[in-house]
Amino acid sequence: MIIAEQKPFEEIKGLLGEAEKVLVVGCGTCVTVCFAGGEKEAGILATSLRMATRIDGQPKDVTHQTVQRQCEWEYIDPLAESVRQADIVLSLGCGIGVQALAERFPEAIVVPGLNTSFLGLPTEQGVWEERCAACGSCILGLTGGICPIARCAKQLLNGPCGGSQDGRCEIGHDTPCAWQLIYDRLKAQNRLHLLLEIQPAKNWSTSRDGGPRRITREDLRLAAEVSE
Amino acid sequence: METSTNQDPSSESGRDGFRSGSRLERVLREGNFAVTAELGPPQNADPEVIRKKAKVLRGVVDAVNITDNQTAIVRMSSIGAAVLALQEGLEPIAQMTCRDRNRLAMQSDMLGAYALGLRNLLCLTGDHQSFGNHPMAKNVHDLDSMQLIQMAVGLRDEHKFQCGDEIKGQEPRFFVGAAANPFGDPFEWRPLRLAKKVKAGANFIQTQLIYNTARFAEFMELVRKQGTHKEVYLLAGIGPLKSPGMAKYMRDEVPGLDVPNEFVDRMTAAAEGIDKEDKKGRNAAWRAEGIKIAIELVQQVRQIEGVSGVHLMAIEWEEAVRPIVEGAGLLPRPEPAPVPAAA
Repeated sequence: MIIAEQKPFEEIKGLLGEAEKVLVVGCGTCVTVCFAGGEKEAGILATSLRMATRIDGQPKDVTHQTVQRQCEWEYIDPLAESVRQADIVLSLGCGIGVQALAERFPEAIVVPGLNTSFLGLPTEQGVWEERCAACGSCILGLTGGICPIARCAKQLLNGPCGGSQDGRCEIGHDTPCAWQLIYDRLKAQNRLHLLLEIQPAKNWSTSRDGGPRRITREDLRLAAEVSE
Repeated sequence: METSTNQDPSSESGRDGFRSGSRLERVLREGNFAVTAELGPPQNADPEVIRKKAKVLRGVVDAVNITDNQTAIVRMSSIGAAVLALQEGLEPIAQMTCRDRNRLAMQSDMLGAYALGLRNLLCLTGDHQSFGNHPMAKNVHDLDSMQLIQMAVGLRDEHKFQCGDEIKGQEPRFFVGAAANPFGDPFEWRPLRLAKKVKAGANFIQTQLIYNTARFAEFMELVRKQGTHKEVYLLAGIGPLKSPGMAKYMRDEVPGLDVPNEFVDRMTAAAEGIDKEDKKGRNAAWRAEGIKIAIELVQQVRQIEGVSGVHLMAIEWEEAVRPIVEGAGLLPRPEPAPVPAAA
């Protein structure tokens, strides 16, 4: 899922500027699960903003709503009236949610309340780790199900560099060396031969390097849209 | 359709099996025990710094590595500094890391480096930018070091750019090197990674600093079992310690280094009996011991089958190179025969 964390409160206040009517929009999907921008966080943030702006002497009228998914038109369309009444929309969705609101409601000023961090999972209560870099060309079949693009600090494709020590990456003791993990798993599975093959230069054009990406599935498109 | 390429006959691929015909390649091919050193470019644009360091190393080593923004700190470019060193009569080994450039920039730099007279290229992954003075930088790693080796070799032997397009005209011909860290983890992977670099096309290898020669010998035994030592020239990395503090730091803090306590103790003992206020005296004693240890290490690794030379990394202490080479009995340096003229 998409992992995000809330921006510092002062930064959020700064983004709201002079706007008086603030609509905080939470999202019920990924950011709810990672405790960054769900119904609960939207409510707490709205309350905090009301209190803080009152103390500052410039109280804002802050309301909040949470939609099931901020990244799909059908879920955000019902917000139209609330958005119209607000001076500013503070999205607690991921970067996709923020942009979906901005795209659907072009007159509205939409600002982000979260920093969208990565694609990952909770490895334990309160800890999230990156797992996928969405490079568009998955090699997990060659690497024992451990992604070196997302998890190696240098995105290496041919095994651990000289900085791998005691299973840790050279950039920090908290970071496991992805290639040590890959090595251990492939060794345990008697598949080390996979590491002896040289992985050629990666085609990054399927990644962000190829420009903004788009997938079109003709089999799923509606006839009217196809003929447009 | 074009009927022929306009390839310069003098650049015929692999004449007499020479990759680039660099001095380093010729020294190694003649079976000499090679000596290379390291020259770190300055964090400024002053050519005199390079010229001064080059003078200290001239005639003492066969070739000199010119580092590429080492430890991710901005310095004069490797290629720029290498050309200055070349003008001073040193043979440079330009280092190239994957951290700062993509495949376009790397190939373009290889064309420029060759055009300017450089003939050796060391292909590296590069230290992570978080170690350096621009930790907020974006890193590139379009290629990894394995793929960089493949690219440099492909330009040379297949006359092709990485994309597959043919190079029309002179191709850049480098004696291609790579690094190996015998002390990185996992230990049993290290000889395999070395073999992989050789398979990618590396002609010579320079290792990370070796202090634990017993462990290095184990590594070399695995390398010999693979037969890799017969396919590549391997230069063992040796560096003089400057002080007990440096020895401790390298022992405790630098990932991928293995410094036995013995050397920390010897460095500490070196200044015993010298007044603590006599900083000059203590420094001199430490440095003398550091050079002595380095000479011993050179002599030890020289005995190991499959070691073709040493790579001396006297970081910001180029003056230490001559006494080490001299002390190890490796002076004067050989004058290898030139590449035979084209028929």
